[in-house]
Amino acid sequence: MSASVKQYTDLYEANRDKFGDRDEALKALSGAMLPDLFAPDYGLNVGRVRIPVDVAESFRCDVPTVSTLMGLVLNDTFVPSTTLAGRLPEGVVFGPLSECMDRLPEMIDPTELTALNDLLLQDGVIVYVPDGVRLHKPLQLVNIFSAPVDLMAVRRLVVILGENACARMLVCDHTQDDLRKYLSLEVVQISLARGSHFDLVNVEEASPLTGRRLEMRARLAADSSLAVTMAHLGGGDSAADIRVHLDGHGSEARVNGMIIAGGESRVANATTVWHHGERTRSEQLFKYVADGAAICDFRGRIVVDEAARFTEAYQNNRNLLASDRAAIHTEPTLEIYCDDVKCSHGAATGQLDTEALFYMRSRGIPEEQARHMLMEAFMADVIDGVSVDGLPDRLRLLVERRFNGVDSAVCANCVPNNDLSTPNCDHV
Amino acid sequence: MNQDDILLEVRGLRASVESKEILKGIDLTVRPGEVHAIMGPNGSGKSTLSEVLAGDPAFTVTGGSVRFHGIDLLSLSPEDRSHEGLFLSFQYPVEIPGVSMVNFMRAAVNAKRKYFNEPPLTAAEFLKMMRAKREVVELDNKLASRSVNEGFSGGEKKRNEIFQMAVLEPRLSILDETDSGLDIDALRVVAGGVNKLKTDRNATIVITHYQRLLDYIRPDFVHVLYKGRIVRTGGPELALELEERGYDWIKQEIDAGESAI
Repeated sequence: MSASVKQYTDLYEANRDKFGDRDEALKALSGAMLPDLFAPDYGLNVGRVRIPVDVAESFRCDVPTVSTLMGLVLNDTFVPSTTLAGRLPEGVVFGPLSECMDRLPEMIDPTELTALNDLLLQDGVIVYVPDGVRLHKPLQLVNIFSAPVDLMAVRRLVVILGENACARMLVCDHTQDDLRKYLSLEVVQISLARGSHFDLVNVEEASPLTGRRLEMRARLAADSSLAVTMAHLGGGDSAADIRVHLDGHGSEARVNGMIIAGGESRVANATTVWHHGERTRSEQLFKYVADGAAICDFRGRIVVDEAARFTEAYQNNRNLLASDRAAIHTEPTLEIYCDDVKCSHGAATGQLDTEALFYMRSRGIPEEQARHMLMEAFMADVIDGVSVDGLPDRLRLLVERRFNGVDSAVCANCVPNNDLSTPNCDHV
Repeated sequence: MNQDDILLEVRGLRASVESKEILKGIDLTVRPGEVHAIMGPNGSGKSTLSEVLAGDPAFTVTGGSVRFHGIDLLSLSPEDRSHEGLFLSFQYPVEIPGVSMVNFMRAAVNAKRKYFNEPPLTAAEFLKMMRAKREVVELDNKLASRSVNEGFSGGEKKRNEIFQMAVLEPRLSILDETDSGLDIDALRVVAGGVNKLKTDRNATIVITHYQRLLDYIRPDFVHVLYKGRIVRTGGPELALELEERGYDWIKQEIDAGESAI
C-alpha cells in the first residue's frame, strides 16, 4: 500500500459536477493509501465518451447467446444484448445501475477500495429477482476492456434476491487486446433474502497487462444459500477480497476458487466467512496451480460468533507449484468463539506426483501432455462443484485450452452451451 | 542366430538410485515369441530392472547398454519406449484421481499413433477398440468411466494393467509382480489375458517372487536375480526347484563365491 489516493480525489474534485455529491467516500479516503497497482495514471472515462467498439464484431461467442441472458459491461458501461429485452421474467431486473445510483445498498466491511469505488462509480449492473421467482436461464455478464488508450474501469455489480428467489450467474472478465494497460476496480454486493439461492461463477481470462481489484460482499438471510466459484485463467495483477456474512439461521455459503497462474502474474484471494446465525454452514475450497514466475496468495478466514451454535465450517487450500520460480503463500485462519461447532481448515502445497507422471509416460503420453492432464485433474473437484449445468464441461475445456497454450485475450468459449436452458434450481 | 531376431539385448546394465548401486551388470537376451521369468529374493533388484528398462527417471543408469529391436533403448524417453513397443505392467499401478480411464487411454493411443504419423482415432473407433480389448481381461465397463485405478481393488488394478497392454499391443511386456495381491480367480483371468495376447512376434518378461504365476504363464527361460546380477539361468525346472528349495541355497553359493574372492 504505497500509492497515494490524491490523483483520484483530485480527479473527483475536478469533476464534481459529473459525479455528484460523494462527500462520504471522499472523507473515507482522506489520507488513505492504495495498492501499488493504483499508482500509474490510468485514464478514467469521466466524460462518458462513447468508445467506438462494435460489440458484435469484437466480442463473438461461438455458442448461441440464446443460452444465457447476457449483458455486457464495456469498460465501465452496461450494454444489454439484444436477446435480453423481453426475455426476463416479470419483475426481474438485469440492467444498468446508473438508473438507481441514489439507492445503492449500504456497503458492509468498507475498505479504501470500496470507498474509491464509491467515489468514482458512474455505472454498473443491478440484478434484482423478486420474491419467489426462480430464474431458469442463467444470467451472464461479460466485463470487457476495449479502449484506444490505457483505461481504468470502476465497476459494480449489485445482486438482490427476494425471498425464495433463485438465480445463477456467470461473470466473465476479458480484455480485448494485449497492448493496453487496464485496471478494473470491481465491487460486488450480494444480498440474499430468506430461502433464496444464488450461484455465481466468475471466469477471469484477461491479458497480462490487466490488473484487477475485486471486493465482494455478501449478506445472507435465514435458509438462503450462496455458491461462488472464482476461476482465474489469466490476468496480470489480480486480487479479490471476498467477505460473506451468514446472518440468518441455516444459511449456507460455498466459496471455491480455481486459480491457474503463469508468467509474471500475481493472483491473490482473501476470504472471510462470518458465521453469525445458528446452524450455518460454509465450505471453501481454493486450488492454485502456479507456473512460470507467478506469485499467488491465499488468505482464508473463518469467524464463528459466540451465538452461531451448530456451525459447520470447512476450509481447504491445495496448491501445485509447477515451476521452481513460482511461489504460493497461504494463510488459513479460524477464529471460533462458540463451543458447539464443527470446523476444519487445511493447506498443502506440493508438486506434481512424479509416480503418476511416470506411469502416464510409460503408457506413451508425452511428458508435457501428462503434466497438463495432471494439472487439469487437480482442478477437477472445483470444476465439478459448479452446479450450473453445462458449465463444468466448458470450464474443463477452458482449462485444457489454457494449459495447452491456446489462450487468447478473448475466450470464445466461455459461454455455457444450450443445455443451460434446462431448469436447474431444484437442488435448493 | 540373426541379429534381427533379438528383441531385447541387455549388456552389463548398471543402475543406481541416490548413488546406491542396485543393478550391477545385467546381461539378458530376449527373442520374439519367448517368455522369460526373472525370479529372486526380495531386494535383489527385480523391480529396479523393470523400471530402468521402462525409463523411470528416479534411477540413474551408470553403465552398460540396452538394444531394443536394434534401437538404443536408454536414449529414449519413457513415452518413446512405449511407442517403440515396450510395456511395463506396474507392481503397484498408480491411482490418478481426476483423470478418467477413457481420457488416459485415448491420450496414450493417440500419442502412439502420432508417433507413427497416423491420424487420431475417431471417437467411434476408439470406443469400439476399448470394448474389444476389455473382453481380454473381462474388465468391467464401469471401471472405464472412473478415474485411473482410483478405488480399484487389487485384482481390478492388475486386470487394468493387462487391459492397457492389450490396447497398446507391445512387442515386449514386462510384468512386474503381476501376481502379487491376486486371489486365484483373478490370477487365472490376468494370466489368461497375458496368454491370449501372446504371439510369436512379441515377448514377455515375467518378474515374480513365487512360482505360482508360472503355472499359468509358462516360461521358456528362468533367471535368478540376486544382488543386482543374474546369477543363474535355466528352463522352467529352475522355477520348480526354487519353489521347493527357496532361495537360500543360491544365496549361499553366491555369497560363498564372493567371500572366496
